[in-house]
Amino acid sequence: MIRFFERLQSIDRRVVFLFVAICVVLPFLFPFRLPVAVGRSTRGLFDEIEGLPEGSIVMLAGDYSPDGMPELQPMTLAVYRHCFSRNLRVISVCLWPEGPPLVEAAHQQVAAEYGKEYGVDYVNLGYTTGGPNAMVEMGTSIPGLFPRDFYLTPVEELPLMRKISNFADIAFLVSISAGTPGTREWVQQVQSRFDVPMGAGVTAVSAPNFYPYMESGQLLGLLGGMAGAAEYEILIEQPGTAARGMDAQSAVHLLIILFVVLGNISYLLSRRRESEA
Amino acid sequence: MNEVSLWTGFWPFTPERFAIWVGAILTLCIYSFLYRDNPFYKFAEHLLVGVSAGYWALIYWNANIVGQLLVPVLRGGVLLPLVPGVLGLLMFTRFFPRFAWISRYAIAFYVGGYAGLAIPSYMQARVLAQVHAAMAPTVSITAALLLIGLICSLLYFFFSREHKGVLGGASRIGIWFLMVGFGASFGYTVMARVSLLIGRMQFLFRDWLGLIR
Repeated sequence: MIRFFERLQSIDRRVVFLFVAICVVLPFLFPFRLPVAVGRSTRGLFDEIEGLPEGSIVMLAGDYSPDGMPELQPMTLAVYRHCFSRNLRVISVCLWPEGPPLVEAAHQQVAAEYGKEYGVDYVNLGYTTGGPNAMVEMGTSIPGLFPRDFYLTPVEELPLMRKISNFADIAFLVSISAGTPGTREWVQQVQSRFDVPMGAGVTAVSAPNFYPYMESGQLLGLLGGMAGAAEYEILIEQPGTAARGMDAQSAVHLLIILFVVLGNISYLLSRRRESEA
Repeated sequence: MNEVSLWTGFWPFTPERFAIWVGAILTLCIYSFLYRDNPFYKFAEHLLVGVSAGYWALIYWNANIVGQLLVPVLRGGVLLPLVPGVLGLLMFTRFFPRFAWISRYAIAFYVGGYAGLAIPSYMQARVLAQVHAAMAPTVSITAALLLIGLICSLLYFFFSREHKGVLGGASRIGIWFLMVGFGASFGYTVMARVSLLIGRMQFLFRDWLGLIR
């Protein structure tokens, strides 16, 4: 037994990779569907959108790139599904250049499911430069900053955009973000400056930084990583890729806990042997 | 499991299928690095950097230069965008040591403008609102833990007195709170990295091979 723990000290890292790969792949082939408990922050975002009057306009800021898709695209899809199921209207903006095609893919997928019409029920305004400056500019005029949409159509030709001037016309803001400019800047420049009710979905690696905003009430709801996306999918009763990925997520976490425990036992045994010698 | 073979996942050979195959092969090239560095990995890495640079250059050219300078000035007759345009051009004086000092005007304008934009909102959102929330009187176990954790963690960073006695005890409690915080961050980081792997595996096994739904 002691020899086993000693050998663990010099195990090839590729063996660890192999175990991780097995733990990710097997749950997809043979799902065991562990329950997903819904947290308070996820429930907060759901309740806020659920409480909006029919026809309200939600702004979704999709500030992420393809590398954030596994965590953030399910959030975007789930928020669209929730909004469209409640007959809310959605306008999307992106301050990351890679964002508009990802948001548009989500738009098209969900709009087809709910029979929503572009320009009437939802609009993709595409990308604009400027980051925080652009956010502040939207407080003056959203059509001024986005004279054309993602398809280069003048926004005055879109019925939904005729109803929107600035943040005063936005009932709720959802920031789905993977970095800067992102949720932090939306809180600083828009929520605090224009008092827009706001929720967010962020990557897991950055989620701990945003819980203080949740506690202070600056964010009314927060989705943290794939787990947050899965919780939201459960709440809207439409499990998607995030919920399906949680089996693999849990399996890998258990594996890592096992490795941490084994590694520590191995380390302590080797230290004891050294002190005895 | 779907009864779909590799071949049926390949046929009919539409542009979408071609894109999926390219993505799958490049994904495998990247993951080959886990075994050891190799030419396939290097090829995929260089391709990613090149495509990203091209994509960003095009997007920024269209959004910044065309959208915010050329179109408003040449088509709209608006002259104000010429000011940031000229300031942007001044940055190129850095290539000529004799005139490099001129670029400081552009930098000064940018730093001053951004500071004016960011500092008040930063103070409001990240300092005042947070302090206000921390001071709000609430009676609960969570609030008590938050208060103890906050004070003890701050005391850990108080270096004007030796950490012994009451201060030493409080700072040790602060370390525990900090460790719990770091542990939570580490857990979230693991989840983020595993999520990326899960995303790629979903792509390979669902979109490429069609083995899962």
